Amino acid sequence: MSIASKSISPASRKAPPWLPYLLISPTLVIVLVFTAWPTVQAIYTSFFRQYLNIAKFRTPTFVGLENYKTLLTSPDFHEVLRNTAIYVIGTVPTSIVLAFLFALLVNRAVKGIGLARLAFFYPTILPMVSAATIWMFFFTPDYGLFNTALQALGYHGPQNWLGNPHLALLAVMIVAVWKNAGYLMIFYLAGLQNLPTDVFEAAAIDGASWWTQLWKITFPLLRRTTLFVSTIAIIDAFQVVDHIFVLTQGGPSQSSTVLLYYLWQVRFEDQNVGLASAITVVLIVIMLSITVTNFVLSEREGA
Amino acid sequence: MMTTAKLRKRVVDVSLNVLTLVLALGWASIIIWGVVVSFRPETEPLGRGDVWFGHTVTFANYLKAWSLAPFGVYYRNTIIIVGMILFAQVITITLAGFAFAHYRFRGKKWLFFFILLQLMIPAAALLVPNFSTIRKLGLFDTTLAVALPYFGSAFGTFLMRQAFLEVPRDLVDAGIMDGCSWWQLLWHVYLPPAMPTLVAFALSSISWHWNEFLWPLVVTLTERSRPLTIGLVRFTQLGEIGARWPLLAAATITVIAPLFLLFLVFQKQFIRSFLHSGLK
Repeated sequence: MSIASKSISPASRKAPPWLPYLLISPTLVIVLVFTAWPTVQAIYTSFFRQYLNIAKFRTPTFVGLENYKTLLTSPDFHEVLRNTAIYVIGTVPTSIVLAFLFALLVNRAVKGIGLARLAFFYPTILPMVSAATIWMFFFTPDYGLFNTALQALGYHGPQNWLGNPHLALLAVMIVAVWKNAGYLMIFYLAGLQNLPTDVFEAAAIDGASWWTQLWKITFPLLRRTTLFVSTIAIIDAFQVVDHIFVLTQGGPSQSSTVLLYYLWQVRFEDQNVGLASAITVVLIVIMLSITVTNFVLSEREGA
Repeated sequence: MMTTAKLRKRVVDVSLNVLTLVLALGWASIIIWGVVVSFRPETEPLGRGDVWFGHTVTFANYLKAWSLAPFGVYYRNTIIIVGMILFAQVITITLAGFAFAHYRFRGKKWLFFFILLQLMIPAAALLVPNFSTIRKLGLFDTTLAVALPYFGSAFGTFLMRQAFLEVPRDLVDAGIMDGCSWWQLLWHVYLPPAMPTLVAFALSSISWHWNEFLWPLVVTLTERSRPLTIGLVRFTQLGEIGARWPLLAAATITVIAPLFLLFLVFQKQFIRSFLHSGLK
């Protein structure tokens, strides 16, 4: 303790003891009011029944775990969970693999490669809703470019992707991958540019092929990047549903409804506050497990 | 022997270039198509190919789109929202980052951890309770409602603390010797070397909030508070729009243009800022 107190800089001794608290107070208040408090509030209201659009249920009534029971037994919610799982498992690895491929491709010294990097990255800075508006045309039956391109590749299936319950979710996932891959690419690109070159020189002298170098050296060295990129990709997959509002509104018949979109529907269309709070709690638990897992894993990997 | 190896390398290089070109064109086709269609007359058919090879260029779609929806008002609202957030964040993250980097105080570790809670539970998940807070505060349907939850940033605080910690101890001690007050120390010693971090954070904050959709959708109701993203989606749902793609494209480009041009000019800074702020 005495050693620690010696290293306190003179300034900290001179400053009034309340100053640091004053400096952090605006940030503390925002986190308290818009993160901590709503978390508690969501848990609390999830034990009540309250519909804002039904007069006799407008005032909250305590119902214990009823909202959670409703979720467990609701076929709607099961479908939403299934869609969410497909969405996350489908988009996250695809975006990461593409991001890695893009990074490898644009990390070469070729004339005009900056334009390719720009082409992959620009979706990051577009609002998801504007990107989705243009994509809507690409998915149009008969003359949409997406179908034209698929036909050129030999596809002759259904054309109306957004109106087809078997294809709507896939369409929404394609837009998400297109939007995210370039964003994740920049982390790999930074990782690649920080790799030690001597390892590769040694490997080349030993006669290791390009492919072997990629799998035995590059990829393992970028493990921390992959962990980081996976975390942001998973969190993004749960929290970005903007394109669903434009492309499918969750339909046809729930087929492209994912968790956060469902939460919005239950709260702002059905006006079911209690159930929406229970869904909020589920979402918080999912988000917390992802971020905490990431913290633990990156701690284990070392600083 | 040598020539075969060289030839092989050449073949690999060329195929990688072709792959890059195909993928890049595929990725870029969205924005290219949007820009091209927005300048094409509505009367020309949008069949395959026609869009690309027509000759007439027109601004009519933009004029029509702007006459059908108050994009000027949406612009004003978006700029107010983004501006308020940026102004508040720059102050709060600088002060908090400075406190955490420079001082020792009771409960410091726990308070820092408490602030990091914002990174662990993303705002999107807390949409429902935050909406009722905004209602209780009487802020529903105001630009302030859209901006307020972002006035403090855990990630920004974290970034600024890191940047301040890298300022050499000697420099700080010299400042203290000279009798600097805390804000002189912050302004003259800590802030100058941390400016790149602050700028990087600012750029990603601007683009993140320019593009935001779900939260403003929930807390806005009328034109007095609606930002561009909400305006665009409402526009696409207007009865008279239907599938008039040139109009939709013009509206979309309207929403995208300022940020996109800013990005083209400051590409390097933008990419660096996104690198820094992995967890928005």
